Amino acid sequence: MAIEITQRLDARNLSCPMPIVKTAVAIKGLAPGQLLEVLATDPGSVKDFAAWSSTTGNELVEQGVEDGVYRFVLRRK
Amino acid sequence: MTVMTAPEKLDELLDEEARGAAPDPAPAPETSGSTKTSSVILIAESGDLEKTWATTILASTAAASGMQVSIFFTFWGFMALVRPEKRLVGENWMQKMLSVMNRPGIDHLKLSRLNFMGMGPWMMNRLAKQYGVAKPGELLEMAMAMGVKILPCQMSMDMFGLKREDLIDGIEEPVGAATVLGMIAEGTPALFI
Repeated sequence: MAIEITQRLDARNLSCPMPIVKTAVAIKGLAPGQLLEVLATDPGSVKDFAAWSSTTGNELVEQGVEDGVYRFVLRRK
Repeated sequence: MTVMTAPEKLDELLDEEARGAAPDPAPAPETSGSTKTSSVILIAESGDLEKTWATTILASTAAASGMQVSIFFTFWGFMALVRPEKRLVGENWMQKMLSVMNRPGIDHLKLSRLNFMGMGPWMMNRLAKQYGVAKPGELLEMAMAMGVKILPCQMSMDMFGLKREDLIDGIEEPVGAATVLGMIAEGTPALFI
Protein backbone atom coordinates (compact mmCIF):
# COMPACT_ATOMS: atom_id res chain seq x y z
CA MET A 1 0.00 0.00 0.00
CA ALA A 2 1.44 3.33 -1.04
CA ILE A 3 1.52 5.84 1.74
CA GLU A 4 0.38 9.38 1.22
CA ILE A 5 2.35 12.05 3.01
CA THR A 6 0.24 15.07 3.92
CA GLN A 7 3.03 17.29 5.14
CA ARG A 8 6.83 17.31 5.19
CA LEU A 9 9.03 18.82 7.87
CA ASP A 10 12.71 19.56 7.40
CA ALA A 11 14.43 19.31 10.79
CA ARG A 12 17.90 18.70 9.34
CA ASN A 13 20.86 20.34 11.10
CA LEU A 14 18.76 20.91 14.20
CA SER A 15 19.75 19.49 17.54
CA CYS A 16 17.70 18.13 20.44
CA PRO A 17 14.97 19.08 21.23
CA MET A 18 14.09 21.02 18.06
CA PRO A 19 13.17 18.08 15.77
CA ILE A 20 10.65 16.85 18.35
CA VAL A 21 9.35 20.30 19.21
CA LYS A 22 8.84 21.18 15.53
CA THR A 23 7.21 17.80 14.90
CA ALA A 24 4.78 18.33 17.77
CA VAL A 25 3.80 21.72 16.41
CA ALA A 26 3.52 20.47 12.81
CA ILE A 27 1.44 17.39 13.60
CA LYS A 28 -1.19 19.55 15.31
CA GLY A 29 -1.95 21.02 11.90
CA LEU A 30 -2.92 17.61 10.50
CA ALA A 31 -6.22 15.78 10.72
CA PRO A 32 -6.25 12.46 12.60
CA GLY A 33 -4.92 9.71 10.36
CA GLN A 34 -2.88 12.02 8.14
CA LEU A 35 0.85 11.47 7.77
CA LEU A 36 3.78 13.73 8.56
CA GLU A 37 7.24 13.06 7.17
CA VAL A 38 10.18 14.42 9.15
CA LEU A 39 13.80 14.60 8.03
CA ALA A 40 16.46 14.94 10.72
CA THR A 41 20.21 14.65 11.08
CA ASP A 42 20.36 14.37 14.88
CA PRO A 43 21.39 10.75 15.63
CA GLY A 44 19.56 10.99 18.97
CA SER A 45 16.31 11.48 17.09
CA VAL A 46 16.04 7.73 16.40
CA LYS A 47 15.35 6.98 20.05
CA ASP A 48 13.62 10.30 20.64
CA PHE A 49 11.02 9.78 17.93
CA ALA A 50 10.25 6.29 19.20
CA ALA A 51 9.81 7.65 22.72
CA TRP A 52 7.74 10.62 21.57
CA SER A 53 5.52 8.36 19.49
CA SER A 54 4.85 6.10 22.44
CA THR A 55 4.20 9.03 24.81
CA THR A 56 1.82 10.90 22.54
CA GLY A 57 0.22 7.98 20.70
CA ASN A 58 1.09 9.37 17.27
CA GLU A 59 2.13 6.21 15.46
CA LEU A 60 5.60 5.94 13.95
CA VAL A 61 4.65 4.35 10.64
CA GLU A 62 8.02 4.28 8.94
CA GLN A 63 11.60 5.14 9.66
CA GLY A 64 14.88 4.89 7.87
CA VAL A 65 18.24 6.46 7.29
CA GLU A 66 19.95 7.48 4.07
CA ASP A 67 23.25 9.36 3.77
CA GLY A 68 23.11 10.40 7.40
CA VAL A 69 19.58 11.77 7.09
CA TYR A 70 16.96 10.10 9.25
CA ARG A 71 13.42 9.90 7.97
CA PHE A 72 10.36 9.39 10.12
CA VAL A 73 6.76 9.05 9.05
CA LEU A 74 4.21 9.68 11.77
CA ARG A 75 0.47 9.25 11.75
CA ARG A 76 -1.54 11.90 13.58
CA LYS A 77 -3.53 10.34 16.39
CA MET B 1 6.65 5.84 49.55
CA THR B 2 4.96 5.36 46.22
CA VAL B 3 4.89 7.73 43.31
CA MET B 4 1.39 9.09 42.87
CA THR B 5 -0.14 9.21 39.43
CA ALA B 6 -2.01 12.30 38.35
CA PRO B 7 -5.48 12.52 39.90
CA GLU B 8 -8.69 12.67 37.88
CA LYS B 9 -9.03 16.40 38.45
CA LEU B 10 -5.88 17.03 36.47
CA ASP B 11 -7.05 14.69 33.78
CA GLU B 12 -9.80 17.11 32.83
CA LEU B 13 -7.22 19.77 32.14
CA LEU B 14 -5.24 17.64 29.76
CA ASP B 15 -5.42 18.23 26.06
CA GLU B 16 -6.15 15.44 23.65
CA GLU B 17 -2.47 14.60 23.14
CA ALA B 18 -1.97 13.81 26.78
CA ARG B 19 -5.22 11.98 27.26
CA GLY B 20 -3.80 8.96 25.47
CA ALA B 21 -1.48 8.56 28.42
CA ALA B 22 -4.36 8.46 30.89
CA PRO B 23 -3.16 7.90 34.44
CA ASP B 24 -3.57 4.51 35.99
CA PRO B 25 -5.35 4.92 39.34
CA ALA B 26 -3.23 2.19 40.93
CA PRO B 27 -0.07 3.53 42.61
CA ALA B 28 2.99 2.81 40.51
CA PRO B 29 6.06 1.19 42.00
CA GLU B 30 8.74 3.65 43.02
CA THR B 31 11.30 2.39 40.57
CA SER B 32 8.97 2.30 37.60
CA GLY B 33 10.43 4.01 34.59
CA SER B 34 7.47 3.20 32.39
CA THR B 35 4.83 5.17 34.28
CA LYS B 36 3.32 7.77 32.00
CA THR B 37 3.10 11.06 33.80
CA SER B 38 0.90 13.72 32.33
CA SER B 39 2.23 16.75 34.16
CA VAL B 40 5.55 18.03 35.47
CA ILE B 41 6.76 21.11 37.32
CA LEU B 42 10.30 22.36 36.89
CA ILE B 43 11.73 24.54 39.65
CA ALA B 44 14.29 26.84 38.04
CA GLU B 45 16.40 28.01 40.97
CA SER B 46 20.02 28.15 39.84
CA GLY B 47 19.95 30.74 37.06
CA ASP B 48 23.07 29.10 35.60
CA LEU B 49 23.27 29.06 31.81
CA GLU B 50 23.70 25.31 31.52
CA LYS B 51 20.93 24.49 33.98
CA THR B 52 18.52 26.96 32.45
CA TRP B 53 19.32 25.32 29.13
CA ALA B 54 18.36 21.95 30.59
CA THR B 55 15.19 23.46 32.08
CA THR B 56 14.04 24.95 28.78
CA ILE B 57 14.91 21.80 26.81
CA LEU B 58 12.92 19.65 29.24
CA ALA B 59 10.01 22.10 29.29
CA SER B 60 9.69 22.37 25.52
CA THR B 61 10.10 18.63 25.00
CA ALA B 62 7.56 17.80 27.71
CA ALA B 63 5.08 20.22 26.13
CA ALA B 64 5.77 18.65 22.74
CA SER B 65 4.99 15.27 24.30
CA GLY B 66 1.59 16.47 25.44
CA MET B 67 2.45 16.99 29.09
CA GLN B 68 1.13 19.83 31.24
CA VAL B 69 4.26 21.78 32.12
CA SER B 70 4.88 24.58 34.60
CA ILE B 71 8.18 26.25 35.43
CA PHE B 72 8.52 27.98 38.79
CA PHE B 73 11.27 30.61 38.51
CA THR B 74 12.80 31.44 41.88
CA PHE B 75 15.87 33.18 43.33
CA TRP B 76 18.78 33.26 40.85
CA GLY B 77 16.53 31.51 38.37
CA PHE B 78 14.12 34.43 38.57
CA MET B 79 16.61 36.66 36.74
CA ALA B 80 15.77 34.77 33.53
CA LEU B 81 12.30 36.34 33.60
CA VAL B 82 13.60 39.90 33.50
CA ARG B 83 13.44 41.46 30.03
CA PRO B 84 16.90 40.98 28.48
CA GLU B 85 17.12 44.67 27.52
CA LYS B 86 16.81 45.74 31.17
CA ARG B 87 20.14 46.72 32.66
CA LEU B 88 19.50 48.32 36.02
CA VAL B 89 16.56 46.98 38.01
CA GLY B 90 15.55 47.17 41.66
CA GLU B 91 14.32 49.90 43.94
CA ASN B 92 17.12 50.44 46.46
CA TRP B 93 20.90 50.54 46.09
CA MET B 94 21.42 46.92 47.11
CA GLN B 95 18.94 45.62 44.56
CA LYS B 96 20.40 47.90 41.90
CA MET B 97 23.92 46.74 42.69
CA LEU B 98 22.75 43.14 42.48
CA SER B 99 21.44 43.71 38.96
CA VAL B 100 24.75 45.31 37.94
CA MET B 101 26.84 42.45 39.33
CA ASN B 102 24.45 39.83 37.97
CA ARG B 103 23.00 41.10 34.72
CA PRO B 104 19.40 39.89 34.45
CA GLY B 105 17.69 38.38 31.41
CA ILE B 106 17.80 34.93 29.85
CA ASP B 107 20.32 36.12 27.23
CA HIS B 108 22.88 37.04 29.89
CA LEU B 109 23.21 33.93 32.01
CA LYS B 110 26.57 32.72 33.29
CA LEU B 111 28.03 29.23 33.33
CA SER B 112 28.43 27.70 36.78
CA ARG B 113 31.95 26.71 35.78
CA LEU B 114 34.40 27.88 33.11
CA ASN B 115 32.57 31.19 32.86
CA PHE B 116 35.84 33.14 32.41
CA MET B 117 34.22 36.56 32.63
CA GLY B 118 31.77 35.74 29.85
CA MET B 119 34.22 33.92 27.55
CA GLY B 120 32.57 30.59 28.40
CA PRO B 121 28.99 31.63 27.52
CA TRP B 122 30.26 33.37 24.37
CA MET B 123 31.91 30.14 23.22
CA MET B 124 28.85 28.10 24.18
CA ASN B 125 26.67 30.36 22.06
CA ARG B 126 29.02 29.95 19.11
CA LEU B 127 29.02 26.18 19.52
CA ALA B 128 25.23 26.18 19.84
CA LYS B 129 24.93 28.03 16.55
CA GLN B 130 27.39 25.67 14.86
CA TYR B 131 25.52 22.58 16.01
CA GLY B 132 21.97 23.86 15.51
CA VAL B 133 21.20 23.98 19.22
CA ALA B 134 18.44 26.45 20.15
CA LYS B 135 19.35 28.89 22.93
CA PRO B 136 17.50 29.00 26.27
CA GLY B 137 15.66 32.20 25.32
CA GLU B 138 14.40 30.65 22.09
CA LEU B 139 13.44 27.44 23.83
CA LEU B 140 11.55 29.29 26.54
CA GLU B 141 9.65 31.27 23.93
CA MET B 142 8.72 28.07 22.11
CA ALA B 143 7.79 26.34 25.34
CA MET B 144 5.47 29.22 26.21
CA ALA B 145 3.93 29.11 22.73
CA MET B 146 3.17 25.44 23.36
CA GLY B 147 1.37 26.28 26.60
CA VAL B 148 4.07 25.91 29.23
CA LYS B 149 3.03 27.97 32.26
CA ILE B 150 5.62 30.33 33.71
CA LEU B 151 5.15 30.87 37.44
CA PRO B 152 7.23 33.72 38.89
CA CYS B 153 8.13 33.48 42.56
CA GLN B 154 6.55 36.35 44.48
CA MET B 155 9.21 36.37 47.20
CA SER B 156 12.10 36.63 44.70
CA MET B 157 10.29 39.38 42.85
CA ASP B 158 9.84 41.37 46.07
CA MET B 159 13.34 40.79 47.38
CA PHE B 160 15.02 41.81 44.11
CA GLY B 161 12.74 44.86 43.88
CA LEU B 162 11.31 43.86 40.50
CA LYS B 163 8.09 45.21 39.05
CA ARG B 164 5.74 43.45 36.65
CA GLU B 165 6.88 45.72 33.81
CA ASP B 166 10.49 44.54 34.31
CA LEU B 167 9.43 41.01 33.38
CA ILE B 168 8.78 39.34 30.02
CA ASP B 169 5.24 39.07 28.65
CA GLY B 170 3.04 36.01 28.74
CA ILE B 171 3.82 34.80 32.24
CA GLU B 172 1.38 33.92 35.02
CA GLU B 173 0.71 35.92 38.18
CA PRO B 174 3.43 35.58 40.84
CA VAL B 175 2.90 32.69 43.25
CA GLY B 176 4.49 31.23 46.36
CA ALA B 177 5.85 27.90 47.55
CA ALA B 178 2.36 26.71 48.54
CA THR B 179 1.23 26.74 44.91
CA VAL B 180 4.18 24.58 43.86
CA LEU B 181 3.71 22.20 46.78
CA GLY B 182 -0.01 22.02 46.05
CA MET B 183 0.77 20.73 42.58
CA ILE B 184 3.26 18.22 43.97
CA ALA B 185 0.71 17.08 46.55
CA GLU B 186 -1.72 16.38 43.72
CA GLY B 187 0.81 14.08 42.10
CA THR B 188 2.78 16.31 39.74
CA PRO B 189 6.46 15.36 39.84
CA ALA B 190 8.89 18.22 40.39
CA LEU B 191 12.45 18.71 39.22
CA PHE B 192 14.64 21.18 41.12
CA ILE B 193 17.12 22.63 38.64
